[in-house]
Amino acid sequence: MSEHRIEVTINGQAHRATVEGRLVLGDFLRIDAGYTGVHLGCEHGVCGACTVIVDGCAVRACLMLAVQADGCEITTVEGLAAPDGTLHPAQQALRDEHGLQCGFCTPGVVMTLAALTGDDKRPSADTLLAALSGHICRCTGYQGIRRAARRLAGAPAGEEPA
Amino acid sequence: MKPAPFDYIAPETIDEVCERLAEAGGGATVLAGGQTLMPLLALRMSQPFILVDINRIAALKGAARADGGTRIGPVMRQNEVIADPTLANALPLLLTATRHVGHHQTRNRGTIGGSIALGEPAAELPAAAVALGASVEARSTRGVRRIAAEALYFGPYATALEPDELVTAIHFPDWPPDTINLFREVARRPGDFALVGLIGALTVEQGRIARAGLAWFGMGPTPIKARQAEAALLGQSIAGLDARGIAELAIADTAPFDDHHATADYRRTVGRRIFARALQEALDARQAA
Repeated sequence: MSEHRIEVTINGQAHRATVEGRLVLGDFLRIDAGYTGVHLGCEHGVCGACTVIVDGCAVRACLMLAVQADGCEITTVEGLAAPDGTLHPAQQALRDEHGLQCGFCTPGVVMTLAALTGDDKRPSADTLLAALSGHICRCTGYQGIRRAARRLAGAPAGEEPA
Repeated sequence: MKPAPFDYIAPETIDEVCERLAEAGGGATVLAGGQTLMPLLALRMSQPFILVDINRIAALKGAARADGGTRIGPVMRQNEVIADPTLANALPLLLTATRHVGHHQTRNRGTIGGSIALGEPAAELPAAAVALGASVEARSTRGVRRIAAEALYFGPYATALEPDELVTAIHFPDWPPDTINLFREVARRPGDFALVGLIGALTVEQGRIARAGLAWFGMGPTPIKARQAEAALLGQSIAGLDARGIAELAIADTAPFDDHHATADYRRTVGRRIFARALQEALDARQAA
């Protein structure tokens, strides 16, 4: 059982730690670093709740080892809103469109939408809707989440064509 | 849902990976994108002593044109494959198949080499490798060899790769521009493994089929090359091709099974239909163009 020194940047803050080889990134972010907005649901890559942004890409934090994130920049849901509390557009869209109920899956959904719309990227509604296939939500029936995705893409958020 | 303890190493060179795999005598597992391996570790279905992470090796990344085809580094991420202009030009069918692998989030980590080396029978990329006539380059301290994709798969997750071998490249031959590409996948939800999947390339020369590569996924213990259908198509004029008859031959090579998602009969019935429809629609579209 090996241990490794790692240095990662989480939400703009440098973070040093010594981790066991088998520690998954999601557990590291929650337990070692305290970012409990990272929700671990299934812990084997199915549900998408633990999605975070690693070096600009939305990835499942349960399917990556903490040691593999050495040198990486990580954004969790805690790192999205402005310091004055202004929500990130992905968060605002989900709020406006009632895209959450219990909220367990929400941080993952937010991170996927944020990753795809960040840095002035202009994804189509289809791209965002397709990426939502990587998330399971047991409350909303998805319609609010889909409306939020369409709103983010600049498409009319209203009723979808049948 | 925590992996059992293991030693983790992340070598910087291919040689070092091969040395460590040789020393480990089968006790080591290679970690590429981890989108299949990490769940197996979490569920403790896989408990290696040593995990050899190959993500830091630059020589295993990217794609380049090489000897009449394209050489793809095994650690190329699936989303990188989809976005690569060289691959879009040379291997459009590979891009189509890759778009169906997992989800956007898993394709950001998952690699082409990992998927091809694992050999999940219902996965898109092993079947794409078989249909397109790809081969994998496998390296160990004993040397380098190339294994044709159609000789790579023995059963679910069972391949011709030895425990001390590392896949260092996947070679895809070129297919001429006048090639009909077929792709169909039937799955419960986007991102699920296929209940039935079909991938194929048919090159047309002077109105006749000059080259054919057809493979099924989700239709048996391995990706399955539809040899009888390929043989029947070669030399055939594309005018008046009997798509249903060819579909029947293609199904004859499959060995689907019952599971809690679908019965073998269902898979054969659906397979027959999607094959005939895919072929007929491609021929009609060509005629209309």
